[in-house]
Amino acid sequence: MREILFVLLSFLIFPGFLFTAVVGLLAGWVDRKVTARIQWRVGPPWYQNFVDFFKLMGKETILPSGAQKISFLLSPLIGLIGITLTSFILWEMNLYPVRSFIGDLIVILCLSIFPSLALIIGGSASGNLFASLGVSRETKLMLAYELPFVIAVFTPIVAIRDIRIGSVLTYQMNNGMMFTHHLSSFIALIVAFFCMQAKLAFVPFDIPEAEQEIMGGPLIEYSGPPLAMFKLTKAMMLFALPVLLITVFGGGMRFDGIQALFSIVKYLIILILIILVKNTNPRLRIDQALRFFWLRMFPLAIVGFIMALIGI
Amino acid sequence: MSQNRKTIIPIGPYHPLQEEPEFFELSVEGEKVSDIDIHIGYNHRAIEQIAQRMTWDQLIFLVERICGICSTSHPIANCNAQEDLAGVEIPERAKYIRSIVGELERIHSHLLWAGLAGHFIGYDTLWMWIWKYREPVLEIFEKITGNRNHYAMMKPGGVRRDIKEEDIPYLKKVLDEAERKIDMITKAVLDDPVLAARLKGVGVLTKEDAIKYCTTGPVARASGVAIDVRRDDPYAAYGLVEWNVITQEEGDVFAKTVVRLLECFESIKIIRQCLEKLKKVKGEIAVKIKEMPPGEGKGRHEAPRGETFHYVRSDGSNNPVRVKVRAPTYVNLPTCKATVPGESIADAAIILASIDPCYCCTDRMMRVVNKKSGKIELDGSKLIKLSQEKTGRLRREFGI
Repeated sequence: MREILFVLLSFLIFPGFLFTAVVGLLAGWVDRKVTARIQWRVGPPWYQNFVDFFKLMGKETILPSGAQKISFLLSPLIGLIGITLTSFILWEMNLYPVRSFIGDLIVILCLSIFPSLALIIGGSASGNLFASLGVSRETKLMLAYELPFVIAVFTPIVAIRDIRIGSVLTYQMNNGMMFTHHLSSFIALIVAFFCMQAKLAFVPFDIPEAEQEIMGGPLIEYSGPPLAMFKLTKAMMLFALPVLLITVFGGGMRFDGIQALFSIVKYLIILILIILVKNTNPRLRIDQALRFFWLRMFPLAIVGFIMALIGI
Repeated sequence: MSQNRKTIIPIGPYHPLQEEPEFFELSVEGEKVSDIDIHIGYNHRAIEQIAQRMTWDQLIFLVERICGICSTSHPIANCNAQEDLAGVEIPERAKYIRSIVGELERIHSHLLWAGLAGHFIGYDTLWMWIWKYREPVLEIFEKITGNRNHYAMMKPGGVRRDIKEEDIPYLKKVLDEAERKIDMITKAVLDDPVLAARLKGVGVLTKEDAIKYCTTGPVARASGVAIDVRRDDPYAAYGLVEWNVITQEEGDVFAKTVVRLLECFESIKIIRQCLEKLKKVKGEIAVKIKEMPPGEGKGRHEAPRGETFHYVRSDGSNNPVRVKVRAPTYVNLPTCKATVPGESIADAAIILASIDPCYCCTDRMMRVVNKKSGKIELDGSKLIKLSQEKTGRLRREFGI
């Protein structure tokens, strides 16, 4: 009984939902603040994202008349659960590498697709023209970035010939960070970084949501708590996905002594890089994005993979 | 439902980005736009009707309010028209001041557009930076006219305010600073590979089409049609200073961006020369127009968006009998019929914006006729009646 309660608590509070949500919203604030400073603006106070979230929670939920009500309302939950589980498993592995099981990375990769799927389901269910355009773009983009992402994330696994995240972490604990240690992992990290930018739907890959073209795409009909959940999902992704990259390529998040500070610095560096890429590029067209992932990132990922196979 | 029914994507009636009332109907197949239809007229303010009840002096203030961005273009064109009617020549000093204000406005308008164009393709940093660098131009305006917008500098027969001798060094300093920043941003825009990928070859307006659609301004010049009222029919000080007409041959969105950015430097060149001349040329800044003879007057001005045309007719009385305004967007807007079909929805937004549209300038009034009865339901006189009723109601309410 106590075991179940403990698992439930760790899923809901630490390192599961609450922890990821709070840090994610704070990361969202860092994004807004740094973006604002880059653009000669002042930027919001640190609690702005929390206020926005609670405000949306208190707003009315409007159901469009042509919508499939159940899938329209359930899809934000799917996304939220997916990203919560991703973050939860990831942190469990980071905190207790021994609990790692065979194929945990596959589980994480599958779960991390859930937010995109939720967007697709919700957008299609809303029955809006702009939403369906956004959904078609999101689907195309997913087909483009998922394959290089999976190959890139698997490159370190191939390099050390063990499929558990725990082993990758232990290996890095003994030998130093993956991407400094193996050239193949360094290439994979570059690929994974750009795929993550697309997964987060940030400029230059915010094509599905392109507020200036299709006004938010799949999110156009959402209001109130479901919209809040989508926003929260996105904020949590901003926390969980960089942590996935750090776990696989960058030595993991460790909290023993000076390593704790080092972990936070690693996360902040990746976050700032994401924000910089976001703020120094215009949005690509969907065909340009597909070309980028299929003709540039995919071959690069394959090269990294082969290098890992032959042990570079 | 027929087999080849098209999906219509609406942009408007309230544009989500340009925040102006217009309505584009995009017929799309997948992501590709196959046809476009334009509806305007949501923001008609009956300026031409109101103008007939204004005195000649008041008229300038009215036309200044046609547009907030090119708010000195309409007054210059209207002053030209009134001076043409009255047959007066303005003093030389007034000419230079007119050109300075007109060119400053061109810089601020082109920078405003470039920033918005960045926003339209999701490049918000570019938007914020350009608008930040537009600030010195507005500061110059505040210094010499007292306002950041709606400068109220023009009047029939000259200008309303003089540019003081002691302000000129300051203006030059701010201008140098602005030029450095515009230079930096221009280089950044022209060298950015992602921007080039996004804008080059998009929404091409061929030279033939540009001529066929009677385009004006940067839209025409980006398609290789070298027309510019300032050179072709010099007014103000444009015949007295050295400058070039910028043209590009490609006709795509990138070419339009290049034309606008490079024109900023030509404008700075003109302003510098005018400031130098102001030091030497002294004297009156306006001549008094005693009375308006009966007749017609035409005035043109190269606004940032293209040629603005004003026509006035007088019967010798205190106010005009007819005022006609043709804003540049009115002729530039239909070009999207040639540029948008065949492009994707993602590009449609920036192509539509690339003509630097100003719907307020463009809106035209049509009569609303009931199809069944043939009765006119709404026209100019009915709108005026509605307006008068509302004024009466407000007067009663507030007891004025």
